[in-house]
Amino acid sequence: MSSQSPAVPVNQITNVLVANRGEIARRVFRTCAELGIASAAVYSDADADSPHVPEASAAVRLPGDTPGDTYLRSDLVIDAARACGADAIHPGYGFLSENAEFARAVTDAGLTWIGPPSAAIEAMGSKVESKRIMAEAGVPVLAELDPADVTEADLPLLAKASAGGGGRGMRVVHALDELPDAVAGAKAEAGSAFGDSTVFCERYVDTGRHIEVQVLADNHGSVWAVGERECSIQRRHQKVVEEAPSPFVDERMRAELFDAARKAAGAIDYRGAGTVEFLATADGEFFFLEMNTRLQVEHPVTECTAGIDLVAEQIRIAEGQRLTDPDARAERPNGHAIEVRLYAETVVPAGDGLEWQPQSGPVHRLRVPRVTAEFALPPRFGVRLDSGVGDGSVVGVHYDPMLAKVISWAPSRAEAARALATALAEASVHGLATNRDLLVNILRHPAFLAGETDTAFLTRHDLATLASPLAGEEAHRLSALAAALSAASINRDRATVLRGLPSGWRNVASQPQRKSFTAGERTYQVEYRLTRSGLHAAEYAGVDLVHAGPDNVTLTVHGVRRNFEVAHHPGLICVDSPLGPVALRPLPRFTDPEATVAEGSMLAPMPGAVLRVAVQRGEHVTAGQPVLWLEAMKMEHQVTAPTDGVVSELNVEAGQQVDLGAVLAVVRPADEQDHNPRQEAGTS
Amino acid sequence: MTVLKSMVDTSAEEFVTNRDAMLSKLDEVEGEHAKAIEGGGAKYVARHKERGKLLARERIELLIDEDSPFLELSPLAAWGSEYRVGGSVVVGIGVVEGVECMLIANDPTVKGGATNPWGLKKSLRAAEIAERNRLPVIHLVESGGADLPAQKEIFIPGGRTFHNLTRSSAQRVPTVSLVFGSSTAGGAYLPGMSDYVVMVAEQAKVFLGGPPLVKMATGEESDDESLGGAEMHARSSGLADFLAVDEEDAIRIGRSIVRRFNWDKLGPEPRREYTGPYYDPEELLGVVPNDLKVPFDPKEVIARVVDGSDFDEFKPLYGNSLVTGWADIHGYPVGILANARGVLFSEESQKATQFIQLANQTDTPLVFLHNTTGYMVGKEYEQLGIIKHGAMMINAVSNSTVPHISVLMGASYGAGHYGMCGRAYDPRFLFAWPSAKSAVMGPQQLAGVLSIVARESAAGRGETYDEDNDAAMRQAVEQQIEAESLPMFLSGMLYDDGIIDPRDTRTVLGMSLSSIHNAEVRGTDRFGVFRM
Repeated sequence: MSSQSPAVPVNQITNVLVANRGEIARRVFRTCAELGIASAAVYSDADADSPHVPEASAAVRLPGDTPGDTYLRSDLVIDAARACGADAIHPGYGFLSENAEFARAVTDAGLTWIGPPSAAIEAMGSKVESKRIMAEAGVPVLAELDPADVTEADLPLLAKASAGGGGRGMRVVHALDELPDAVAGAKAEAGSAFGDSTVFCERYVDTGRHIEVQVLADNHGSVWAVGERECSIQRRHQKVVEEAPSPFVDERMRAELFDAARKAAGAIDYRGAGTVEFLATADGEFFFLEMNTRLQVEHPVTECTAGIDLVAEQIRIAEGQRLTDPDARAERPNGHAIEVRLYAETVVPAGDGLEWQPQSGPVHRLRVPRVTAEFALPPRFGVRLDSGVGDGSVVGVHYDPMLAKVISWAPSRAEAARALATALAEASVHGLATNRDLLVNILRHPAFLAGETDTAFLTRHDLATLASPLAGEEAHRLSALAAALSAASINRDRATVLRGLPSGWRNVASQPQRKSFTAGERTYQVEYRLTRSGLHAAEYAGVDLVHAGPDNVTLTVHGVRRNFEVAHHPGLICVDSPLGPVALRPLPRFTDPEATVAEGSMLAPMPGAVLRVAVQRGEHVTAGQPVLWLEAMKMEHQVTAPTDGVVSELNVEAGQQVDLGAVLAVVRPADEQDHNPRQEAGTS
Repeated sequence: MTVLKSMVDTSAEEFVTNRDAMLSKLDEVEGEHAKAIEGGGAKYVARHKERGKLLARERIELLIDEDSPFLELSPLAAWGSEYRVGGSVVVGIGVVEGVECMLIANDPTVKGGATNPWGLKKSLRAAEIAERNRLPVIHLVESGGADLPAQKEIFIPGGRTFHNLTRSSAQRVPTVSLVFGSSTAGGAYLPGMSDYVVMVAEQAKVFLGGPPLVKMATGEESDDESLGGAEMHARSSGLADFLAVDEEDAIRIGRSIVRRFNWDKLGPEPRREYTGPYYDPEELLGVVPNDLKVPFDPKEVIARVVDGSDFDEFKPLYGNSLVTGWADIHGYPVGILANARGVLFSEESQKATQFIQLANQTDTPLVFLHNTTGYMVGKEYEQLGIIKHGAMMINAVSNSTVPHISVLMGASYGAGHYGMCGRAYDPRFLFAWPSAKSAVMGPQQLAGVLSIVARESAAGRGETYDEDNDAAMRQAVEQQIEAESLPMFLSGMLYDDGIIDPRDTRTVLGMSLSSIHNAEVRGTDRFGVFRM
């Protein structure tokens, strides 16, 4: 520590309220706990049972579910801080983190704002304005184009909300006639998302690399460029894989990037932790994109390679402490760190392409093997987990469906990628479909390993291929057998009579035991008998049973012993094995005829609200004709008629909230009689 | 805790020979079981399945709890008769929603499920087991009624079926009929007498008289559906409590009915924690000598059947041709009586009598392991009162009220069969190993006795005895008696509840004991007058 540092900072923080939720709230709490600082949480009604709530010393409810009612209510957040006796507020990222007015309100309330000055936030809040400031400060920028003067030569270009972020309010324009719509679309989206519909255009670098520099600036004039990160692999302009250092950046370019980042921070008199984002072209040219005046989601990779705690640094800076001699810090990154964002979302076919579909529902289990640190720098190289969900957490429709960030830190990039891919592949992620398979496939992709990671990565290497499941057909088949045998073991354990007798024992054997499961479109029927000579399963020649317990089944498959971890959740069995994770839905032994869904039913593909209904009961429709639209996760989903016929049932109207699987409407072939003997018999 | 010590040498030549012989007998039994499973044969099975219907055993499998054990009873009924093995009905004890039930399923692939004399005997035996052990009965009905050419053997005794159903109901043990097909004429009383009735739409057909009979009787024109269809019974007559859309649905409803029995077993619960035998039950294959004249130590069997091979022998030094003692099987305490050297003497008889009284004093069920050639004969033994002592034992067995289970391991001859609780002495269950034989005496002895009697008779008439005829007679009698004392024959006659693999003895006894404990387990102190 420098001798100039006061023994006790002028403005010592003793209690921090984190105006956020999920993993970032937990991340900040972890550092607070380490520094001996009390912490306070806020939570919406939807988050009442979230893991971040009990981890703080105190927690205050923000009534409501939507961000607008809760985490975006600066007045309520400041009241909560007062109620908890907090003397500082950390905004995390997202929500109020880049809201200059909030920063000012916090300071006005006599609380310490753990973030940059509101003026710096304001300066960087407008993309147009920020580019001007940067250009003046000598930071390279892409020239802004006036939509009115754009010509063919400028294509492709990007129409971008000035206040945007996270990919929203952005449109890529490939043809001039698309421009007006793109600008209008971006404006509308920006207006509703950010309350500011200013949109500008710039050259679109479609195979660029997204490279950003983490800076720390104190109140004493020091600006430290801590290190660069590369976050080029993105989908819909949202980062998926992030790493430090960038495989693209050499020593010379690094020096230029750091220099530009320091200039950028200096130009706006920046304080605290911030990130200067650049877009780099294939030949090493780079341009300022924007500056994020907050902690980034991907900050852990920098923490690993720089060996620091960025939240602790933020707190120290907010307290007025000096950066400890930034020039003496390690010049070169220590090893390599890669972060992936595990999202509860899946790629599904839509129209002639693919779309990302967010999932909601309970996370029954999230367990990543070989994690050596959570929310903290691993003591040595290793795997770090920053997760906002626990076993049993429910991912709702109100917030981002990110389940966890998994970070691998190793001496080399290849080792980090290998360890991370393995940790992810072996992780237990139960309950929701996730992008896990995609992440593992990216990390194992030769192009990724060769460092060829520009922003077009997911398109170039075919998203469908990249998202293909880790578990193949054989893994599914064997997992179904393991699920059946584990279910049998549970059945025996739970038996109220004859519990100690052999499973499925018969003195005169004629039928096997049967269990059926579905995985996606496939059905797996497992037929087996357990006898004194072992497992007899007709479709599983060469497979022997070593052990079957309720949550663990060991099989020998053609002489190779394999262990299957089986977890039984309501309506879901998850089987994790080295062959790949498999999620199976057990088919009930019997179907209650009253509970079966009539043919031609349209079910809600996800929970949401009915936006509008295009048909009426009794109306003739043709297969594929839109019947109604649902809004869920801020996206519109069209529900189309499954077949030609007449709308015989219409159970919803516009504005109605529906659950996943709810029968929205039924189309019956026009010539079919109303009488349905199966259903009538069932209701007797 | 007294863990038995085994002397079995699994590498001994004798053991290997015994084992091979037992395995080949087991193969034979399996071959006969396969005939029962085949039902009416491939053609009728295929026809039945083409109609989208489930086989009797498929219905049972779907009805019982997943992965639960099922004990099929009398699978070889009608063996050796003119009827197909199994007797056109499948019966057994299965667990439905955690309740042990007696399941009685017609096999419609055998003459449309028509009841034949052996099938009737089998059903009545099942009903008897259900009644004595207080098991709810579920009928899975699809039967064309009585096999008419054999009506003389069915009609009068068959009435008992309906009597039993309503008696069960009156004793607060519910009965269920799941009607999958025809259940007409007298058969209509099967659902008629059941507490709960489920009928499968478009399949069940329940009426007293079909359209031709009605036409003959009253001139009325009618059809199956209006006379006895499932819809009609569910909506009009009220005979069906539930209308099922298909067979699976009927079974689903059947299970939901049982779930609401709120069933409590009246016997004591088994110990929750127990271990299997210390010795491998697999070794039971080599324990019984192929030649029943060679005695074997029943403690080698007990060591491979009871919990922890833990057996406390009673009166080990007295009457040691019969082993008596206490053990647990699947957590249920039992007293065991096992023949050691075949013959029962006066000491063994008195020991057995005392032991049976002790079991009654403590409400402990008894297991009889048979390997006896009967009570000792001869001047000395008659003079010492072997009849009185044998009678004491038979008195005790007959009047004992704790549940009895018999397992015929080897010989079960003469009055020894009675004293060891043979079929006529109402054991709750009686099973035979493939090595068992039961008759009034051994085939050679019986032939020998006949030969002596004939020779004396010839001598009395002053005729010369034809030795060639005698040899032929002896051989014929020996063969006949041998064949009639084999377990498949006896099983076919319903003289046991099934032939079991010796390795399954522990499982079968465990299931039997658990079933038995649905009823109260209570001993008595009231016996007949003991001749001392």
